[in-house]
Amino acid sequence: MIRERYLNALTLALFVAIPFWAITADEPFTITLMTRAVVFAIAAVGLNIALGLGGLVSLGHAVFFGLGGYAMGILAYHAQNYTPLTEWPFLIEGTKSMPVIWLVAVVVSALAALVIGILSLRTAGVYFIMITLAFGQMFFFFAISWAEYGGEDGLSIYVRNGFPGLNTLDPIQFYGLCLGLLCLVLLFAWRLSGSPFGLALNAARQVPVRVETAGLDPVRLKLVAFVVSGAITGLAGALFADLNRFVSPTMFSWQTSGEIMIFIIIGGVGRLFGPVIGALVFVALEHWLGALSDFWHIYLGLLLLVIVLFGKGGLIGMLCGREAVHD
Amino acid sequence: MTDAVLQTSGISKSFGALRASRDISIDLKPGEIHAIIGPNGAGKSTLIGQICGTLRPDAGSVRLLGKDVTHQPTRARARAGLGRTFQISSLAMEDTVLQNVLLGALGASGRPWRFFTNVVKDTSLRETAEEALDRVGLLDQARMRTAELSHGQRRQLEVAVALTQKPKALVMDEPMAGMGSEGSKLLTGFLDQLRHEAPILLVEHDMDAVFSLADRISVLVYGEVIATGTVDEIRANAAVKEAYLGDEA
Repeated sequence: MIRERYLNALTLALFVAIPFWAITADEPFTITLMTRAVVFAIAAVGLNIALGLGGLVSLGHAVFFGLGGYAMGILAYHAQNYTPLTEWPFLIEGTKSMPVIWLVAVVVSALAALVIGILSLRTAGVYFIMITLAFGQMFFFFAISWAEYGGEDGLSIYVRNGFPGLNTLDPIQFYGLCLGLLCLVLLFAWRLSGSPFGLALNAARQVPVRVETAGLDPVRLKLVAFVVSGAITGLAGALFADLNRFVSPTMFSWQTSGEIMIFIIIGGVGRLFGPVIGALVFVALEHWLGALSDFWHIYLGLLLLVIVLFGKGGLIGMLCGREAVHD
Repeated sequence: MTDAVLQTSGISKSFGALRASRDISIDLKPGEIHAIIGPNGAGKSTLIGQICGTLRPDAGSVRLLGKDVTHQPTRARARAGLGRTFQISSLAMEDTVLQNVLLGALGASGRPWRFFTNVVKDTSLRETAEEALDRVGLLDQARMRTAELSHGQRRQLEVAVALTQKPKALVMDEPMAGMGSEGSKLLTGFLDQLRHEAPILLVEHDMDAVFSLADRISVLVYGEVIATGTVDEIRANAAVKEAYLGDEA
């Protein structure tokens, strides 16, 4: 059994070493793949706060991923066409600045998560899954029918948005930016799990009645977790759109929600690095197996089956055993 | 006569045709242990549910420290000073023993909205938590996973979590259930002291414990309180004998 913190350190080292090798070997596509893994990891770290800590099985996190994506798409689309978003009640113009786009993505996703959370948390279990799925489909079909922003075809953004002091068109610089954000998000998730809020949320997942008897509101705890979770996934959506310089309704699809959840299940539900390892493994399989066969999802399905049947804690659970008791 | 800490006035609750509580009026005075006994299905759990706020009575009211809490949710009653232990241990089994008591202390502090500080290193929460563990004799097990505790230790932890809330009244649902004779003897001694800190409404099947602890006993049969009185009065009560105690007493 490997100790979990060594496995985590090894994973981070891989995220530094592989792109470093890619530069020296002149393999820019590998950097793009790694950026994809990092962005997926951020989305999944977000979902893991709701799913792993709060026990909220959300099949609607594509809503936030998509909202982040469209926040980027819409703002950048208006900036590249020199048209304002709206002139009434006051003038709002597009932007090509990443920090502004991220802020908008996070705020919009958080607000959406608040509304969806308030409605969905009235239910639990299978009904919660179905309601979040239904919200996802609502946003998906809305995006498809929104002709102004490309409808089914989506929106292409010709030049990647900018970040002060960096040339984001350079793959490695954009990768470094994304990796930096992943580290921040991981730090946040780590502190959160050991905080008073994390303790209460963790208990609200296991024994809501106990939390209630202690004088706290388990539903409100879960709602806050859902909002934080959605905001982080929204940030990932904005990065994903910038990586591809393209947004489409696919980002809102339930397959996207499923994939974000699959990252967590592969890596380990509720484990800090579970989403990170899961996203890396997923992108690697997508690349290698995808080259072998168009039907690579069959192999992904087999892998999932093996993990779910034989290793309850995902890959981390198989390699490191149960989670150590927190200090 | 001193004012009751906890009081129900004529509460009734029906589930369809089943009248689980019929016009129940009981109270809990400072410094006393008031035991509720009755055969299975007498409506003890329904009564506790209404007192603690998980069930809403069809009629009647519940008062805590003189205030009407009939329409308040469980968490508001908890914050007002109502502590509770569960018949079936309701603990976060994946967490450590310390984390479970910390949760109680956190609830009592009313400040769960802190996202970056380390809860285990919070001195004031930790002091409250460790003091409660010490009192029930679980301090050495603080870092163990709750799932690894014996049944008896989980019962003790239930009590410890309730203590972290510095309750003004305690409702205990069969705290002795499933404990060995040694364990229930220890717990009996502990509850005997505890009544001076917070009066206890005790639902219990262990008659030795009830008769040695209770200042007053209420007997519940078919959702109705058929008698309330001291231990001797209850032992002597003919109706109680017939309905419940049989030859035991």
